Amino acid sequence: MAIVQTEGLTYVYGEGTPYRKTAVTDVSFAITEPGIVAIIGHTGSGKSTLIEHLNGLMKPTAGTVMIGDKNIWDDPKQIRQVRFRVGLVFQYPEYQLFDETVRSDIGFGPRNIGLEADEIERQVLWAADTVGIKHDLLDKSPFDLSGGEKRRVAIAGVLAMRPEVLILDEPTAGLDPKGRDRLLRCITDYQRQNNTVVIMVSHSMEDVARVADRVIVMNDGHIELDGGTREVFGRSEQLRRCGLGVPEVSRIADQLRALGVDVPSGLLTVDEMVKALLPMMKGGDCNA
Amino acid sequence: MLKDMTMGQYFPTGSVIHRLDARVKLICTIAFIVAIFMTDNFIMLGFCAVATGVMIAVSKVHIKLYLKMLKSIWPVIVLTSILNIFYVKGDTLVSFWIINITVQGVLKSVFIALRIMLLILVSSMLTYCTSPTELTDGIERLLSPLRHIGLGEAVHTLAMMTSIAMRFIPTLVDETEKIMNAQKARGADFDSGNLIGRVKAMLPIMIPLLMSAVRRAIDLAQAMECRCYNGGAGRTKMKQLHIGTRDVAALIIVAAIVAVVVMGRIWL
Repeated sequence: MAIVQTEGLTYVYGEGTPYRKTAVTDVSFAITEPGIVAIIGHTGSGKSTLIEHLNGLMKPTAGTVMIGDKNIWDDPKQIRQVRFRVGLVFQYPEYQLFDETVRSDIGFGPRNIGLEADEIERQVLWAADTVGIKHDLLDKSPFDLSGGEKRRVAIAGVLAMRPEVLILDEPTAGLDPKGRDRLLRCITDYQRQNNTVVIMVSHSMEDVARVADRVIVMNDGHIELDGGTREVFGRSEQLRRCGLGVPEVSRIADQLRALGVDVPSGLLTVDEMVKALLPMMKGGDCNA
Repeated sequence: MLKDMTMGQYFPTGSVIHRLDARVKLICTIAFIVAIFMTDNFIMLGFCAVATGVMIAVSKVHIKLYLKMLKSIWPVIVLTSILNIFYVKGDTLVSFWIINITVQGVLKSVFIALRIMLLILVSSMLTYCTSPTELTDGIERLLSPLRHIGLGEAVHTLAMMTSIAMRFIPTLVDETEKIMNAQKARGADFDSGNLIGRVKAMLPIMIPLLMSAVRRAIDLAQAMECRCYNGGAGRTKMKQLHIGTRDVAALIIVAAIVAVVVMGRIWL
């Protein structure tokens, strides 16, 4: 049984106005095992529309969305329950913070579920720990935090609902390199410790190469490529046609190969590249 | 929900009406609204309705959008016409308790409902067919004689404020929708509960929205200052308004409509 599955998902914007536009066309995919799935594609390729369908914020014009073995639109009155099971963190989520204290802002989701006070507190503390927010920040106003901290608090607000599936839209956009590293580490740690499905929309090929197990490439509202991270980034030509690049390391490997250096294919991160190149540099200065 | 709000929106279709000078469109709209107010019988109202229908067809904006506009304010229409049913004296139609409904009352309320609908259609046509920039530009130019009594800067400021406000309507609608979605994703429920509960449920939207509006205002003010904005004095326009044959024709047509209504009022 798939954990998340779409069948022929299609959505049309502004039917009957001059602005009519098909945002996603016949999108079908299934996620059957825990892991990090990245969705990439250039601006306007339908990524955001796709993920807003997964937790029932948007209703498909045609096609179905299944979470577990249930079509989420079988009972439209129960759509709120779907949102607790599929946690969606929007782009720049720090702009949704509103409450007086960090504690009560993170607790907004659990309160909406209707949990008991001590259960809410437990979830808030767990979520804060997961994203690395120190407990003495919990009683501050969310508006007094730094940019990176706000972002992590906003993500904690979704994690505190303990969703079965976590979706993040461009989680690292606008963060400095340190904040980015830290957040990506949070996400991978969370995924490993809880063995859940994490779906991440990203523009950064480096981020995707670092954390994703599987990559779905969107182009013009449909799925262009879907496969393991190494496999997808191996098709640099096709990615370029969709207006996308490949990670720096893959590009360097391509160029080295063109120069006649025998680099193995499927290299994605700097560490892997170093491991592959070191044995070749016999006698060279490896510490440089 | 918010996507259904068409008020103040612009739908470029490139029709003749779209290409008219904004000042001409403003004057014509005001004149036509006055004409609709002057009608006092169904024949003249019918004439105005036909004229409106023709203009809607010429504007090439989909009829659905006009109907949507009417739909969005039906409570106002219903309320005004219901109130009128009770206040007109004449031949009794139904009578109970202290309420006395007359034939004339029913006719009057139908008349008023139709009149409000026409007014809404005409004014929404103005915003559907004129971009906000053109519109405020037109207002500024129409009010420009006020500079002779020392109100030049005030007119410019007013026009600038209006155009900024109109420019940000779609942005804020977008923003509201985004924030609503984000809070809905955390299980916020805006549709159930009592009045106090619902007002409280709006807080998670209002606070972030207010914060972002202030942030945007600061950004915009800085961007304008960086480009040496210092008010209206000596400011020139990229798009000069220009009255052409088309505009003269439009003015003549509207003047003819107003004349017919005036004559109808005198002789019918």
